[in-house]
Amino acid sequence: MTDLLEPRAIGADLVRRDGEAKVRGTATYAYETPVEHPAYAHPVQATIARGRVTAMDTTAAEALDGVLAVLTPFNAERLAETSDFEYAVLQGQDVGFRGQLIGVVVAETSELARQAADAVEVTYDEQPHDTELSADRPDLYAPEQVNAGHETDTAEGDVAAAMATAEVTLERTYSTAMYHNNPLEPHATTALWEPAGGGFLTLWDSTQGVHPDRAAVSEVFGLDQEQVRVVCPYVGGGFGSKGLPHGNVFLTALAARALPGRPVKMALTRQQMFFLAGYRTPTIQRMQLAADHRGRLSAIAIDVVEQTSRVKEFAEQTGVPARMMYASPNRRTTHRLAALDVPIPSWMRAPGECPGMFGPEVAMDELAEELGIDPVELRVRNEPEVDPETGKPWSSRNLVRCLREGAQRFGWSERRAYRDGDWLVGTGVASSVYPTMRQATSTAALRFEGGRYVAEIGAADLGTGAWTILPQITADALGVDVADVEVRIGDTRYPVASVAGGSSGTNTWGSALVVAAREFRTKYGADPRDGDEASGDVDQAGQDDTHSPYAFGAQFVEARVNADTGEIRVPRLLGVFGVGRVINPRTARSQLIGGMTMGLSMALHETSAWDPRIGQVANHDLGEYHITVNADVGAIEAHWIDEHDPYVNAMGSKGIGEIGIVGTAAAVVNAVHSATGVRVRDLPVTLDKLLPALD
Amino acid sequence: MDAEITLQVDGEARRLTVDTRTSLLDALRERLGNTSPKKGCDHGQCGACTVLLDGERALSCLALAVAHDGAAVTTADGLAPAGELHPVQQAFLDTDAFQCGYCTPGQVCSAVGVLDEFERGWPSHVTEDLTGRPEMTSDEVAERMSGNLCRCAAYVNITPAVQQAGGAR
Repeated sequence: MTDLLEPRAIGADLVRRDGEAKVRGTATYAYETPVEHPAYAHPVQATIARGRVTAMDTTAAEALDGVLAVLTPFNAERLAETSDFEYAVLQGQDVGFRGQLIGVVVAETSELARQAADAVEVTYDEQPHDTELSADRPDLYAPEQVNAGHETDTAEGDVAAAMATAEVTLERTYSTAMYHNNPLEPHATTALWEPAGGGFLTLWDSTQGVHPDRAAVSEVFGLDQEQVRVVCPYVGGGFGSKGLPHGNVFLTALAARALPGRPVKMALTRQQMFFLAGYRTPTIQRMQLAADHRGRLSAIAIDVVEQTSRVKEFAEQTGVPARMMYASPNRRTTHRLAALDVPIPSWMRAPGECPGMFGPEVAMDELAEELGIDPVELRVRNEPEVDPETGKPWSSRNLVRCLREGAQRFGWSERRAYRDGDWLVGTGVASSVYPTMRQATSTAALRFEGGRYVAEIGAADLGTGAWTILPQITADALGVDVADVEVRIGDTRYPVASVAGGSSGTNTWGSALVVAAREFRTKYGADPRDGDEASGDVDQAGQDDTHSPYAFGAQFVEARVNADTGEIRVPRLLGVFGVGRVINPRTARSQLIGGMTMGLSMALHETSAWDPRIGQVANHDLGEYHITVNADVGAIEAHWIDEHDPYVNAMGSKGIGEIGIVGTAAAVVNAVHSATGVRVRDLPVTLDKLLPALD
Repeated sequence: MDAEITLQVDGEARRLTVDTRTSLLDALRERLGNTSPKKGCDHGQCGACTVLLDGERALSCLALAVAHDGAAVTTADGLAPAGELHPVQQAFLDTDAFQCGYCTPGQVCSAVGVLDEFERGWPSHVTEDLTGRPEMTSDEVAERMSGNLCRCAAYVNITPAVQQAGGAR
């Protein structure tokens, strides 16, 4: 148990502190850092999906007036640590995927850098590539573990026996598409090496974590961490794709090293991001459910097939939510990977839970239909007393309250599928879940200065509201007005902070700030003097290991499908969440709505269309890769229940950045089924999948 | 090939040399240091680079700087004097119509253009009665703002912000 802070600033609907700068456009993102006399870099990318670079002719590029450097695997300096294929840029001639970084040009202007990069002539020894994911490949393998350190496979009881004897069984295969994070701000870096000494590198990088970024860069370049500074006050969206650095960061640093003393800027183009900035792997999910006639599950199983890159493994933990979501004595989850000649998948908003709640939540809807039970009721009947995976009690689990309150707000009990003119109307529901995490490392420093409290921590605000809500937490921990608190973030000159990922930022940094504030009060009392300071580590904050901490939610969708054209509209999307205590309702609502809208986008609009002939995403720009736009959304409402959880942290907060995207796509599919009778099991739901069944 | 041009940027005459390939967006960002308009796609597909070009909203990544010698460009930063906010900017703050902020200056400029288009009675794709003045309904605003992508997906807050700034219901 943790002593929860008395909420005064916590819970206040405060406007974003960085808001004015953002609506004027004066908030400075990485590429925009004002530096003296910058040079511009542009990458050279591989145009084959597998093989070897045998030669690169840079003569024409170097002959252009204003070109400052052309780096290739043949002339680039050797890096200290080259075990990570993605980070070891220009260290070898092997090509692992189309679009791989194989060179970089630095020039006086961005136009010239781009022209020169195009002028580099590359000769390859091309080999046949293999880029097609399927569930029946003979070379699927089990990774040692899946993302976030989860076990690859789990099993309890005997699913096969339960399937053989159950009153009702369901066996279906679902698939989710390949998705690209596509933050609006492209991955960008401004890099500057000090001209003298053993090397000091400053990176103004668009990252979800300045300290993890610094750790990776300093390791690859063989530097002490103190020789690298990473600065990032604002992140133009990340959604996981800036959680781990990608090759572009190392390439920009390498390019700048060729021009000591001169800052070098490089932003990936939107097209390049489809090769180089990570993505969510497509998944194939074979689901099995067994139940009695009242809907009580006796078995739940998910067998996942997904892809990774041959040159660097990333195993999405898609099967993980099925391990704990519902009560069932017999459970099985497996993950199998195909290692392909494809770009490297990585984190995308709610890795694991987001794709992994698609199959199970559509399967539950199909089971409800088969049994003739209300899908809300079916979920309620399978509510586990304790975490089925660990046997631990929940820190708080309010899925049923979310389902009930959502049903009431949505008008679920009056739902009916009907035809309204040309439109077929239906409703759907699905559950949401996300684990409540706290990272092991983060430190906050707190100082009394000029009559105000100033805290420093290398945290990140990617639109999440950290600039605004960390002062709210600190103010309550100190017992002062929030106006008297400033929290500085986004710089490795501040104490170490964990990545903004896994919805863990507020839980982690907030805990460190609370420890620092309490330490400060213990040392100096209520009347400190100028210059008094204290610090706090997250590992000094109480940690409860006896409970299983998760956030839950329920999402309700009304779908309208045009009976003639198959056009799909979603006029209503409503979510109710149990996410612990909400620090700032304004920024919280925006995050939840943003996640839900991205879930709607996943359901209806997004798909990276893979062309296996050449091994790349065919629709690699925002004109062809469709994300939800303003006119695609109807009423989107996010609500939360009043939830008191004394086990998670001193704030009582659970993290809200990711849960909004979990379950949404299933709710949309279920609503479209209710409207049309067509069950789409392969995302996205597009009109071509509905038209054959419409009369 | 280089060319010398003059731009009126946020009310100030700026003389600069551009490559004839330089987009208006890159001229602002990389030549003049005005990074209020953002580069999200460089292909006119996302709207982050939206500015007011001679009073109308325009995608500055699709405009060649050399073709706009003498033009007046207003970025989001030039909509109001320092320390003040344009009503659209104030409305974006009031409704939390953004998160990461990267698309925001483009959304703001686009919204200013949209309000002017309403003022002038311009119809949109969803305007049913082409003879009357379009009403500032949420459908009308959403349609007109759909060239501005927001990956944080603040759309349900952006539409009311535009309506608030337009003095609509």
